[in-house]
Amino acid sequence: MSPEINIEIAGENSLIIYFSEKISEEVTAKVHRAQLLIKQEMSNWLIDVIPSYTSILVVFNLLETDHHLVANKLRMLLKNIAINIDNQGQLIELPVYYALESGPDLTVIAKHTNLPIEKIISIHQQQEYRVYAIGFAPGFAYLGEVDERIAMPRLNTPRMKVPKGAVAIADRQTAIYPSTSPGGWNIIGLCPVEMFNANNNPNMPVQVGDRVKFKAISRDEFSSLGGVLGTTYD
Amino acid sequence: MISNINSSLGKSNIRLGFIVKRSGVLSLIQDEGRFGAFHMGLTNGGPIDKQAFHWANRLCSNNLNVSAIEVSVGGFAVIAQVDTVIAVTGAKMPLTINGQIKELWRSYKVQAGDLIELGHTNEGVRSYFAVDGGFDITPSFGSSSTVCREGIGGLKGTKLSVNDILPCETTTHARLVKLSEQDQPKYCNELRLRIIPSYQHQHFSSFQQKLFYSSEYKVGKSYDRMGYRLEGPKIICDIDGILSEGICSGAVQLPKDGQPIVLMNDRQTIGGYPKIGSVISLDTAKLGQLAQGGKIRFEAISMEKARKLIINDLNLFNQTDVLFCD
Repeated sequence: MSPEINIEIAGENSLIIYFSEKISEEVTAKVHRAQLLIKQEMSNWLIDVIPSYTSILVVFNLLETDHHLVANKLRMLLKNIAINIDNQGQLIELPVYYALESGPDLTVIAKHTNLPIEKIISIHQQQEYRVYAIGFAPGFAYLGEVDERIAMPRLNTPRMKVPKGAVAIADRQTAIYPSTSPGGWNIIGLCPVEMFNANNNPNMPVQVGDRVKFKAISRDEFSSLGGVLGTTYD
Repeated sequence: MISNINSSLGKSNIRLGFIVKRSGVLSLIQDEGRFGAFHMGLTNGGPIDKQAFHWANRLCSNNLNVSAIEVSVGGFAVIAQVDTVIAVTGAKMPLTINGQIKELWRSYKVQAGDLIELGHTNEGVRSYFAVDGGFDITPSFGSSSTVCREGIGGLKGTKLSVNDILPCETTTHARLVKLSEQDQPKYCNELRLRIIPSYQHQHFSSFQQKLFYSSEYKVGKSYDRMGYRLEGPKIICDIDGILSEGICSGAVQLPKDGQPIVLMNDRQTIGGYPKIGSVISLDTAKLGQLAQGGKIRFEAISMEKARKLIINDLNLFNQTDVLFCD
């Protein structure tokens, strides 16, 4: 077992595996690989798992097993976890309509960073992001890490209503709001791709460990992909 | 007679069961909960008081996990459209059928046209209304459990509203049974919550731990299916936050204000506040019957003890006999 893997108690029927204290490409790849292995190999007593930045919560059926046995099996399973960082997760390209009408916080970021808006938009598209975690709301994927030059603290007062599809930045993370909800991230554009739909298969275009790249599209392309403008930002 | 019970096509009004006349404060379709979708950010939902939920189903001779209605606080009324058997368990809400007072923790035959009403609770918060065979709800991600925040489950992802139809089958064969009064739980206003120290507990100093385990907390004004916010002595963690990680049911989170939040069935699946431990499910069920002002103390127990308690409770449930009423 890698020395840094730590298995600790979470609750009566759950353990949490810590892979590291810090985010890194390698850790993300391990989390991704490990959750697949756990789901494959431990289905007898597994209830569910929650992968996140550097950890996996493992929920088991305590009538079928106990936490000592689960911890032992997890140690065995993850002892020689093989990872290939370059080959982890799918690469998904997501289209974004970046503009002042779709990204009301672009001006604030420009002021804060002293960068022109076009530069902020191009920096946001330059890199591949990793899906570190999914939570907060169904389909809300935390993507990182955003280039330091455009990192931006959360709004002092969160908006009551962030529209579905809003592409936003908070510190060194970026995300797409899967549905209209309150939120405090800085909005820089709109994505026409649904991040969560209970009736789609798959329900989400991404999962933890996947890689995401953003691609700028025009207003017309946004509309033709099903995007809707005209949402007010409260 | 009903037909089309299996038809998923067309109008919903061809399916019969019970029609909601008063929706009450918060009435939700729940089964055992939604598992297998945590990775998409879907929480588990399910009945807050699993014990009362299981009893409602057992009194209707059901599988324990079929869909029933969780009625919070009360004010719920339905009219039967079919002949069947029902049972209500949990918080003490006055139950009437066609205006006649009936006992909780007992099954009754009802006929099409009967009015079933649940008044406001005198003791406890949530009751469970079950029907023979369970309500026939199309599952969403494997479960009928309603999580309003996510818009998932139930009839349309929301709490029940007037004129909703809760489909179920006609049955007449079930025997009527009750749980003896001595076996019924009492919902008091003071609880000792057993908690397994876990997660970031080592980041709370021994002084803070002592304070936490020796203090009395009260349920604040914000308590719901997501979490119970408690008020009392502040508990301060050595660290402000952590990288967001998976949160299990019952986890006790301590945000910067030092006031504990016990996270319940509809909690967010991941979060970045430090957690001092996790309350066992037997006790989150009891907590869910407590309203504002309810008093709480915490008692640390081991993982082994927790498992033993849960298995004993299950055995007790299975060994408790129901009494026949007919």
